[in-house]
Amino acid sequence: MTRVLMFGMLGDVAGWRERALTDVPPTLSALRDRLAAENPRLAEVLARPGVHAVVDKIMVRGDVALSPGCEIAFLAPMSGG
Amino acid sequence: MDVRLQTEPFEPGALLAGFAADRRETGAVVSFTGLMRAEGGRAEALELEAYPGFTEAEIARAVTAAIDRFDLQDVLVVHRYGALTPSEAIVFVAAAAAHRRAAFEAADHLMDYLKSRAPFWKRSRGPDGDRWIEPTAQDYADAARWDAPAIKEPPKETP
Repeated sequence: MTRVLMFGMLGDVAGWRERALTDVPPTLSALRDRLAAENPRLAEVLARPGVHAVVDKIMVRGDVALSPGCEIAFLAPMSGG
Repeated sequence: MDVRLQTEPFEPGALLAGFAADRRETGAVVSFTGLMRAEGGRAEALELEAYPGFTEAEIARAVTAAIDRFDLQDVLVVHRYGALTPSEAIVFVAAAAAHRRAAFEAADHLMDYLKSRAPFWKRSRGPDGDRWIEPTAQDYADAARWDAPAIKEPPKETP
């Protein structure tokens, strides 16, 4: 089961903090496109500086391939503790 | 090194006593405890979101770098997440070193990192509703102090 997680204010904009995907897009950018198509406001905040993507708990830059069962997280700018 | 992320409250005194015990070659232990402020009634509760697994790994990376930079013998970081109320302890950091300066600086450095760059998302609940809290300009400036390369000795004068 592939999971998508939203942290910080991204969860508020998305309206969810965790979602399970049955069909996994081939790449991170394809996942972004899918999320953007259903929520343009989410697309805008995901593109902001300071928003990071994490795949299987490793921060990634640019586009990466996704595999079934992976966990993708989008992190709002970190606020510290 | 020990990095703990937990929802349960902790007792800073007990953590310090345990950390400082049985250290024959340690000359200095510096600890810091961060508490939640009430902000004069404006903050009734704090919700601290973390990404378990990722958050500890990122903190551990910063701790590993600090151990190398300050020549530390050991570090303990305990950080809470979830719901917090005023006066509760949020974070505990302790650094052990042979000499005091390294321990003081490492605790200061690690707190600046934790306050501005660690993977947490903070939301305060108050009478005016919920709001996400971002690091202050001071938090960023505090963290940036450590980015410049440390000057080890004054530049030599050219003849």
